[in-house]
Amino acid sequence: MDQQHIRNFCIVAHIDHGKSTLADRIIEATGLLTSREMQEQVLDNMDLERERGITIKSQAVRTVYKARNGEEYIFNLIDTPGHVDFNYEVSRSLAACDGAILVVDAAQGIEAQTLANVYLALDHDLDVFPVINKIDLPSADPDRVKDEIEDCIGIEAQDAPLISAKQGIGIDEVLEAIVEKIPAPQGDPDAPLKALIFDSVYDSYKGVIIFCRIREGRVRKGTRIRMMATGACEEVVEVGFFGAGAYNPCEELSAGMVGYITASIKNVKMTRVGDTVTDDDRPCAEPLPGYKKVNSMVYCGMYPADGAKYPDLRDALEKLQLNDASLNYEPETSIALGFGFRCGFLGLLHLEIIQERLEREYNLDLVTTAPGVVYRVHKTDGEVIELTNPSNLPEANLIDYMEEPVVSAEIMVNGEFIGSIMQLCQERRGRYISTEYIESTRALLKYELPLNEIIYDFFDALKSRSRGYASFDYEFKGYEKAELVKLDILINREEVDALSFIVHADSAYERGRKMCVKLKDEIPRHLFEIPIQAAVGGKIIARETVKAMRKDVLAKCYGGDITRKKKLLEKQKEGKKRMRQIGTVEVPQAAFMSVLKLDDE
Amino acid sequence: MNDLALYIHIPFCARKCRYCDFLSFADRSHLTGRYIDQLGREIGDSAGDLAGRRVSSIYIGGGTPSLLPAGMIGDLMGIVRSEYDVADDAEISIEVNPGSADGDKLARYREYGVNRLSIGLQSAHDHELEVLGRIHTVADFEETFRAARETGFDNINIDLISAIPGQTTGTWRDTLEYVCGLGPEHISAYSLQLEEGTYFDEHRDEYDWVDEDTDRDMYHLTASLLGQAGYDRYEISNYARPGRACRHNTVYWRGGDYIGFGIGAASCADGVRFKNTDSIEEYLRGIRCVESIPLTEADMMAEYMFLGLRMTAGISKTGFSEKFGRPVTDVYAHQLEECIRDRLILDEGDVYRLTGRGLDISNYVFAKFL
Repeated sequence: MDQQHIRNFCIVAHIDHGKSTLADRIIEATGLLTSREMQEQVLDNMDLERERGITIKSQAVRTVYKARNGEEYIFNLIDTPGHVDFNYEVSRSLAACDGAILVVDAAQGIEAQTLANVYLALDHDLDVFPVINKIDLPSADPDRVKDEIEDCIGIEAQDAPLISAKQGIGIDEVLEAIVEKIPAPQGDPDAPLKALIFDSVYDSYKGVIIFCRIREGRVRKGTRIRMMATGACEEVVEVGFFGAGAYNPCEELSAGMVGYITASIKNVKMTRVGDTVTDDDRPCAEPLPGYKKVNSMVYCGMYPADGAKYPDLRDALEKLQLNDASLNYEPETSIALGFGFRCGFLGLLHLEIIQERLEREYNLDLVTTAPGVVYRVHKTDGEVIELTNPSNLPEANLIDYMEEPVVSAEIMVNGEFIGSIMQLCQERRGRYISTEYIESTRALLKYELPLNEIIYDFFDALKSRSRGYASFDYEFKGYEKAELVKLDILINREEVDALSFIVHADSAYERGRKMCVKLKDEIPRHLFEIPIQAAVGGKIIARETVKAMRKDVLAKCYGGDITRKKKLLEKQKEGKKRMRQIGTVEVPQAAFMSVLKLDDE
Repeated sequence: MNDLALYIHIPFCARKCRYCDFLSFADRSHLTGRYIDQLGREIGDSAGDLAGRRVSSIYIGGGTPSLLPAGMIGDLMGIVRSEYDVADDAEISIEVNPGSADGDKLARYREYGVNRLSIGLQSAHDHELEVLGRIHTVADFEETFRAARETGFDNINIDLISAIPGQTTGTWRDTLEYVCGLGPEHISAYSLQLEEGTYFDEHRDEYDWVDEDTDRDMYHLTASLLGQAGYDRYEISNYARPGRACRHNTVYWRGGDYIGFGIGAASCADGVRFKNTDSIEEYLRGIRCVESIPLTEADMMAEYMFLGLRMTAGISKTGFSEKFGRPVTDVYAHQLEECIRDRLILDEGDVYRLTGRGLDISNYVFAKFL
């Protein structure tokens, strides 16, 4: 099929505005699948994604549309993750497209992620056209939303299709608009091969499957390809395009097409998203712009609850990493928790997803330490350390100063909540940048916030202080100097490495006090009194005490049913075995987890 | 051949108390007749292997055995006597709830050979009785107690519960003083435990529970007040005038042989543990024992320790060696050493026994011996 009959596009939207549902409708309406064959949401094929209603990994699907002009068009719909943790992946997916459909909720209007994603699309020179979804809702106000789109984004919206993806209303219009408004791809099929990797997955039969957009040239079975950034070279085994949930092999992929390549590659690390694939025998002069290696933003320690499961955890992480190049891990040892791994993630959502997959798909019981960001420690001898584990912080007298990562955040909020949201940002050490009113009632707040202030529960706090209306997006800005200290927890005067974390000097006391209170409730009484202390630089700043056990008795023991009493005692003994030994104190696993949720109250 | 202790379970109650997790029903009284028939049959069928064994104690518990017409108790006692060799001086106890047995009924019990009563008072404050879900008042109890004395019972236990929601050390002291004033031969004083599946458990958020420290203050008050009044604490929760310790319960704690009849009843004889079905429907169809577990030597040693240590007299070192053929220090050297170091166990000549602190946290100690 010639380039004139190809449309490569994606859908951008704020979370819950109906992106995946529209994608499903497009796939359905183009007739590649019957309704019966469709899974509820074809593009999201991981269970977890379906449950959380989010899209984790970008994927693509090719369908055939017969337009009103009687001609057939190939639609390559590339799905993008909607969450800020996966911003870089979004940007690479967009780079594989020529245009984008902007879905806006007819009732809610523009949200922070709508803006973030649409700007990202415009940055990639995509032609963006809006559709207004959920017009069947009683609260729908399409005219207001059209004005909002024009005022705020500056793109034409008066003839935007008014649709309900859920009800199947207005889908034909969307399909025609794709043909009319999204430009056909360009690029010389006879030039040297230049293809953009926008995703890759590991398949146990085919090895790594590279998802790519061919910018120039062509690729077929037997072509010797090279990843320009990683330098990996392999001979192509198969090329093809994406059916819904299936790989359909074909002869050749050429400039303008979207498809996949397999080449017996064993590790997704060799096929980094954003890298350029070229022909090793006839390479292109320059790679495509914009490749960067994604760095982990959030780190935490992950330990098996049962120490004997350490090899299982290692195997599970290995397997997950086959499909997720942005997951980092390396072995570490904690005095309190034994053998485990320090793991790096794109963000907190990414962390939660990995943790959940480890627990669910690999049946592992985990103890995780408080998530932290990567701090830069400038030592007096000039050395700079990237600190991912608080326990590795050098002695205070060896530190010149420390830096922490800061993000630029945009918060979209209704007028009435501006005050409380600004207060929240203030509490989280935010630096106010600006307020822009979108309409008289809605504003876009811009702040710079330290990343470590938002990785815990910022999103929840935002929602609760705006009755669910505020939306939020951020991007990494850079490192800034800050007054940071390491907060240590001592149980019965022994420092517990797994509970140490880095905190801003001003909040050290408050955090320390909350940790002590939480731990006091979690640690059972022992034969002796147990002090729980928070310390900064060896100085105690907070203390609680677990009083000595006074009662542990089965008052009643007769009736002859000794077996039952024995079972009770056995249960008690078993419970002890599952505890972590800190000196002479037995600490339940739950205590380590409880301190992760300090800000609930 | 060791003497036997017999237990007979009567699972019927007028109302279920809020703390009670014993196997008993408030809504099955229509099954009483058939149940007693089955009990009689079970007792009759049981003697086979055990024929000729002397019975040194019988305990009729529940439930509320005193709810039954006295004649039914008489029938059961008749069957027991015809199948077993009941010692002349056997201790024969029955549990009585205030308000469910008058002088007549008590007199009949005496005719059947019952010589010990266990009366559930629990508290000497009516509002605390209400909290517990008891059906009687303090006055009802006093009437039953006096009737028992008049009938000639000279061996009476009174059951008490401390740490009732809303109770204070002061009201608990009232209860103890009231009971001492009546002068029973035996007092069982339990600290309330929240048991799974009970009314209290299901409504736990609605009550003002006594905290751990107050609970212990009450318990220590119990020991000192009852001690001053001449009651010897011979087990974690049991106090008696000299020579009046409950012989039946002592059999459980000393690893003696016992046979239980009725639903849910447990038995242990000649190194094997049995347990009857918990289902009254099954029992009425003739199903009895549903579980039999032979005890290993390790089981028996663990039980010797954790049951024996419940008694303030402790366990005897020579007793252990005679029973198991090796010294207790061979088996539990490490545990004993730790407990002695932590002042939970005293090493006194031939005896190991719990200290006061050991009694308070006895589960912690016992778990070590499993």
